[in-house]
Amino acid sequence: MKDFVIPWDGVDGNGIQDDRDMGTPAKSGAPVTLTIDGFEITVPTGTSVMRAAAEAGITVPKLCASDNLEAFGSCRLCAVEIEGRRGMPASCTTPVADGMIVKTQTPKVQKLRKGVMELYISDHPLDCLTCAANGDCELQDMAGVVGLRDVRYEAVETHFATRTASGPNPKYMPKDESNPYFTYEPSKCIACSRCVRACEEVQGTFALTMEGRGFDSRISAGTKLDDFMTSDCVSCGACVQACPTATLQEKSVIDLGTPTKSVVTTCAYCGVGCSFKAEMNGDTLVRMVPYKNGKANRGHSCVKGRFAYGYANHSDRILSPMIRDTIEEPWREVSWDEALGFAANKMRGLQETYGQKSIGVITSSRCTNEETYLVQKLARAVFGNNNTDTCARVCHSPTGYGLGQTFGTSAGTQDFDSVEHSDVVIVIGANPTDGHPVFASRLKKRLRQGAKLIVIDPRRIDLVKSPHVEAAHHLPLRPGTNVAVVTAIAHVIVTEGLMNEDYIRTRCDWDEFLDYATFVSDAKNSPEATALLTGVNAQELRAAARLFATGGNGAIYYGLGVTEHSQGSTTVMGIANLAMLTGNIGRKGVGVNPLRGQNNVQGACDMGSFPHELPGYRHVKNTDARDVFESLWGVTIDPEAGLRIPNMLDAAVDGTFKGLYCQGEDILQSDPDTKHVAAGLAAMECVIVHDLFLNETANYAHVFLPGSTFLEKDGTFTNAERRINRVRKVMAPRNGYGDWEVTQMLANAMGAGWTYTHPSEIMDEIAATTPSFADVTYQLLEDKGSVQWPCNAEHPDGMPLMHVDGFMRGKGRLMITEYIATDERTGPRFPLLLTTGRILSQYNVGAQTRRTENVAWHGEDVLEVHPHDAEVRGISDGDWVRLTSRAGETSLRVTLTDRVSTGVVYTTFHHPDTQANVITTDYSDWATNCPEYKVTAVQVSLSNGPSEWQEAYASQAAQSRRITPAAE
Amino acid sequence: MSPDSMVRMANQIAAFFKTQPKIDQAQGVADHLSDFWEPRMKAQLVAFVADGGVGLDDLVVEASKRL
Repeated sequence: MKDFVIPWDGVDGNGIQDDRDMGTPAKSGAPVTLTIDGFEITVPTGTSVMRAAAEAGITVPKLCASDNLEAFGSCRLCAVEIEGRRGMPASCTTPVADGMIVKTQTPKVQKLRKGVMELYISDHPLDCLTCAANGDCELQDMAGVVGLRDVRYEAVETHFATRTASGPNPKYMPKDESNPYFTYEPSKCIACSRCVRACEEVQGTFALTMEGRGFDSRISAGTKLDDFMTSDCVSCGACVQACPTATLQEKSVIDLGTPTKSVVTTCAYCGVGCSFKAEMNGDTLVRMVPYKNGKANRGHSCVKGRFAYGYANHSDRILSPMIRDTIEEPWREVSWDEALGFAANKMRGLQETYGQKSIGVITSSRCTNEETYLVQKLARAVFGNNNTDTCARVCHSPTGYGLGQTFGTSAGTQDFDSVEHSDVVIVIGANPTDGHPVFASRLKKRLRQGAKLIVIDPRRIDLVKSPHVEAAHHLPLRPGTNVAVVTAIAHVIVTEGLMNEDYIRTRCDWDEFLDYATFVSDAKNSPEATALLTGVNAQELRAAARLFATGGNGAIYYGLGVTEHSQGSTTVMGIANLAMLTGNIGRKGVGVNPLRGQNNVQGACDMGSFPHELPGYRHVKNTDARDVFESLWGVTIDPEAGLRIPNMLDAAVDGTFKGLYCQGEDILQSDPDTKHVAAGLAAMECVIVHDLFLNETANYAHVFLPGSTFLEKDGTFTNAERRINRVRKVMAPRNGYGDWEVTQMLANAMGAGWTYTHPSEIMDEIAATTPSFADVTYQLLEDKGSVQWPCNAEHPDGMPLMHVDGFMRGKGRLMITEYIATDERTGPRFPLLLTTGRILSQYNVGAQTRRTENVAWHGEDVLEVHPHDAEVRGISDGDWVRLTSRAGETSLRVTLTDRVSTGVVYTTFHHPDTQANVITTDYSDWATNCPEYKVTAVQVSLSNGPSEWQEAYASQAAQSRRITPAAE
Repeated sequence: MSPDSMVRMANQIAAFFKTQPKIDQAQGVADHLSDFWEPRMKAQLVAFVADGGVGLDDLVVEASKRL
């Protein structure tokens, strides 16, 4: 696929900066000066002649080269002449040398290139006008560039003709259309190997290979018996992007034609925050292509961001506002005015009857910073209370607390580029290949270069062993024992004297270290003493600890397997302790890196979504922080913390919390103990759901306000690196309004008098009130592409690495992390431990991904059970089983695997008809109330089908989703 | 909030601060409650303590007096 002709300066507001393909990767050696076509150019040592020419603005023809892949030198089209060298070397594989004199366009090379192209074209179908890549084909372009005018060879034996003179052509292979998003058309393949190399070098899956030799060379996904779907392909799209012809082609381009316009925007799936070019025809999105200058993804993507955007046009999407007096009634479609008036009257009425604090909001981690800021402002300035929370409550709130206590800020310390400098990486409680796939590809690339990996996870996740990647140590701990394992690692580091004393003395509080050292050195914290509890082999743990402490730059990446525990915050502190002990904070290649679940979890936290914090992590009890907002907003802000999500539900059941505005979150499916969530929602008198779809929470709602997708509005998302990325509107909102406008209309219906006309004005207000965002403007983002907060007078370009010269809080604080077992215990009734997680193709509650072709990979949640546990229960692979905990029961199918240890079962929570959260309990993190999703004592037994709860739920949901259309 | 949940949550907080050396542990619990618990939750806790506070950790009882 080639790049479109696009303005390189981004002047027309589409955000695109120079993203030409330079042919080969950038290098960083000492400067070398050479002359190309008479122009002098200076480039780093190791740069290819091809890239040097591109730097000088000279494009050398090429087919097999691409600047995200190492040079391969197979197409012979990029031949040049170099003074003093014999023949015509390939410019992609020839490194520059001082004083080199290169000619890229001589009669000799021209003749050679024409001959090469002639051979290519002799075995290529000439159906250009009806080909899906017409106008977007590098083969076509190169034929033009080299001046190919005729082909002398007669196509006798070919790969593209379906028949020969004597019958069917044995060399012809039909199109592979098995993947829902792209096709493989072997007859158009020029065997350049770009797809194979992209699968290896960029994605790191090694699903593709080149079969055969010479004229018989063919690309093959998996073995000869496989197609793309049965192979290891993860549908990341790197091969499609790499393909210079129509051989690997998006089905959307086949259907809709080549796009004519590109706009840079940010993916609305996970916390990696990949930049994409939304490629458009008019206001139709033709495809999403990862943007090379995106600093989080560096031109790579996964199946979700690249392909799974079809939910925006799904027939389930609700486009008209709807209301009803009770949840037993069908919905009534009404005008925006009527819906907003109805909602405002109800909410104000509730406050009059039940008090100012009887209503609240849930901000969305899927919406933009600007939208989130407005929703918390709605609570604080219009409702007059602090009842605002966000889904970070149920994922990374312990990160906020733990890192705040130890370092002084609630954020990851690095950028994603940092992993390129890591020598030892600990991945704990995260499954990056499924949850954060683009980061996983970047990590795997570093691992293939020799970095060492330590995985701490109850499951044998893919990173433990996959092609060309193998963890040095896998510590398969028993769910719920993170703190014991992390503390045991610290025990080994301290008792074996492997800590970085200089670092601790200069950066941390030495007295606190001494207390900490005494604590961790206690024999009860040794790996041998904790092995019985954690299930982790003591020798393996010791070896892992030694490797981390002595292996060079050590980085820790963690996810919800750390936070979603009764000691989630304590584990985060323990991780911070490990980084400080070993001096692994404050430079490239190290750090503590929370992998955020949703696209804007970081932003939602930054924007003051939590009930105790104003934007910028300032506690509401602080008068100076309140003053800033009180004087700007002209209101009085409550100095007491508001209700967190679980507290709202508790208060609803108690009868003191009556109204909720919930934007872009589905608490009924995503929050634990579904029955309790349902009871809380049912007890409320006005639930306003603002979403794309009638989600599960909407079954209990009285007002439905249609939402807009990330393609339909302007704004910013902040990813796990603290990177503020622009979201750009590429089409009008199908529901009529961006979500920030809907919130503003609701606020105004309640008398707020807000007058924002564009999200940039909201960002200006954020900058004016929040010190870490002080210099952020849309113009700055236009100029720089993105910026990592803090971005202010002190750090005008933002801050890629935090805590470089010292911690934000001053001295780093090593904290005592005593292991305290969760109250959730196995016993005779519930002898197994359930832990939950995600799968690559689905995202969170699945509201978006279930409404795309991604269901081809994962159509239902299944329960992973170890064969031994299955055998004693008489369970076979594929059986329906009943999964029971003290909170509830559900039914789902089983898959037998030794990925999980005996005693542990695992499932995902992407499908509402499974409702994994019927099983999870209301136990939570001690500091933040983050639910303990990752540990639930359960029993598994054979079943005949759905549980009573599932049947009752399905019938209630169907009843609740009835809609009476508006009268015409 | 059910009394059981409240007792468990409060005792969890106390269990953490009990492990922290050289601090006023009751104050640690009181500060945590005051920073993160909404007024009606704190009021429920204080009333529960006044009613005997059955099941509450002593540290929570002490902290509740400082709210």
